[in-house]
Amino acid sequence: MAPGDDLVRVTRFSKHYEVPGGEPVPVLHAVELTIAAGEFVAIMGPSGSGKSTFMNLLGCLDTPSDGEYWLQGRNVAGLSADELAALRNRLIGFVFQGFNLLRRVSALDNVALPLLYAGVGRAERHARAQALLDQVGLGGRAKALPNQLSGGQQQRVAIARALACEPALILADEPTGNLDTHTSGEIMTLFTRLNAERGITVVVVTHEADIARYARRLVRFVDGRVAHDGEVTP
Amino acid sequence: MRLRALPGEAWRSMGLNRLRTGLTMLGMVIGVGAVVLMLAVGDGARHTVNEQIRAMGSNLFLILSGASTSSGVRMGAGTKPTITRGDAEALARLPTLDGVAPVHSQTVQLAQGANNWSAQVYGVTPEFFPVRDWPAESGQLISESDLRSAARVVVLGQLVAKELFGADDPLGKTVRIKNLPFTVIGVAAAKGQSLTGRDQDDIAFVPLTTAQSKLFGVAFPGALSFMTVRAKSDELMEDAEADIRQTLRQRHRLMPGEDDDFTVRNLSSTAETAATTARVLTILLGTIASISLIVGGIGIMNIMLVSVTERTREIGIRMAVGARRRDILLQFLLEAILICAIGGVAGVALGIGGAWAISAFAGMDTVVTGTAIALAFAFSATTGIFFGWYPARKAAHMQPVEALRYE
Repeated sequence: MAPGDDLVRVTRFSKHYEVPGGEPVPVLHAVELTIAAGEFVAIMGPSGSGKSTFMNLLGCLDTPSDGEYWLQGRNVAGLSADELAALRNRLIGFVFQGFNLLRRVSALDNVALPLLYAGVGRAERHARAQALLDQVGLGGRAKALPNQLSGGQQQRVAIARALACEPALILADEPTGNLDTHTSGEIMTLFTRLNAERGITVVVVTHEADIARYARRLVRFVDGRVAHDGEVTP
Repeated sequence: MRLRALPGEAWRSMGLNRLRTGLTMLGMVIGVGAVVLMLAVGDGARHTVNEQIRAMGSNLFLILSGASTSSGVRMGAGTKPTITRGDAEALARLPTLDGVAPVHSQTVQLAQGANNWSAQVYGVTPEFFPVRDWPAESGQLISESDLRSAARVVVLGQLVAKELFGADDPLGKTVRIKNLPFTVIGVAAAKGQSLTGRDQDDIAFVPLTTAQSKLFGVAFPGALSFMTVRAKSDELMEDAEADIRQTLRQRHRLMPGEDDDFTVRNLSSTAETAATTARVLTILLGTIASISLIVGGIGIMNIMLVSVTERTREIGIRMAVGARRRDILLQFLLEAILICAIGGVAGVALGIGGAWAISAFAGMDTVVTGTAIALAFAFSATTGIFFGWYPARKAAHMQPVEALRYE
């Protein structure tokens, strides 16, 4: 089966967690989902519905218990840990609820981190990281440490980092969960712009309907299954 | 990641968490420094004792005259002259001995120009010097012809030469001993402290005949203060002692049951005691050093392990943005190696500096050996590198999502 133009195509995607001395706990049940390049998808669902687990699997931060995952036409299931690392480095950008920036490391160096692992030389790393910070409006705070930045600024540093290797896919897990409404709007506008202007595919997990409205497609998870998949209705 | 970028990343990472880096290094510094210092002190003590034993000569007996009794008060060994040159000649014929050095000595005043100094003056035969393993530093020692002619010549010990002549060369100059002029024919090599702490260089040698006839006088012809005799070998020490006793008792016409009128002291047993003490000291210090190593090692281990939570999340982040396991492991390994190397070198420097300070201010000999440095360094570095690397390895083998969530 050729996945064609689809950026992401998962079939019979399942995940269960092993509990020591107990039955495995199922989290995802045979999920089928396709995301085309350039889409802006919001994933919603109550706590425990498996949406974060699904994101981690999409991001190759975790491996599925069963099923197939085609990313840009490549089957991810058979890849080694190092090949997955290369995939995360070049194809995927992550934005987390808790930002996950390296403490004690400047905004510039945080943004440059993926470039380090991509084998980009020092001078070019710094130049590109500076350009990325400029794009997210933090060009003047390159030397600042994460704890010297506001939540919204930290999240913008994280977005700049996600963009560092020019990924095809940005995965954002509750990116506005720690931010106030106004800052949340700014962050979501930034995602919208990246999606519209550069054609980067964006998948955002959220439990807020207001946030989901920035997307064009809405997928709703309930009990580890896709319960709804359709256009976002304003 | 390019390998070239790794050292920079490791170095930067160390600089970013100065407290952790500093504490780990401190563990290394103290562990390595304590061990190097302790072993330096232990080896120094052993070295000093060995030097003293060697300076004293080996397989030696000291034969002293008997004790004198004055109004019922016994005066101690050597106070009553009983041994003679005749005894010395008799002992020289014993097959178990290979050297006999009769000595007639007194503490007298020596003068040269405006300087004067009180020192032990030994009247000796030429045999004294090989028996005590005591070479000349410059000039000659007492010769057979000096002895025969009862020449007024003197060989100065290092300290006496320095006190009387300062930096000048004493050879050929005249020294007055009890107001008699003596020509300085030689200066004996430095001997240092004896096992009892006496400065052996505070001495001057004249021919035995000169001492007996011209300087000190004698209680009866040929009387001696003491003799130093050497057994042929270590195994013959007991036989030699029995031979000495038998010969002297015979010559002094002592009846069976009568006490000896002389004292025979085995100097090797003193040396053995000293060597044993030094060994015990080395073992003691070695034990303390081992404990320092273990304590230092545990310190390093704790610091490394305490930072695991934070570092596991860091590893999760690095993996999420594309670090491979190898990148992570190499970086953490390199960090641990750098910390251990810097801390270790500082520790060695501290140990050597401490040893130097002890030598300089406490006057104790210290010997820093390569073995001690290697031992301390290897143990601490192994601990540090293992506990820096092992948690990183564990974290790098987690799924990135587990490492990110690690609490």
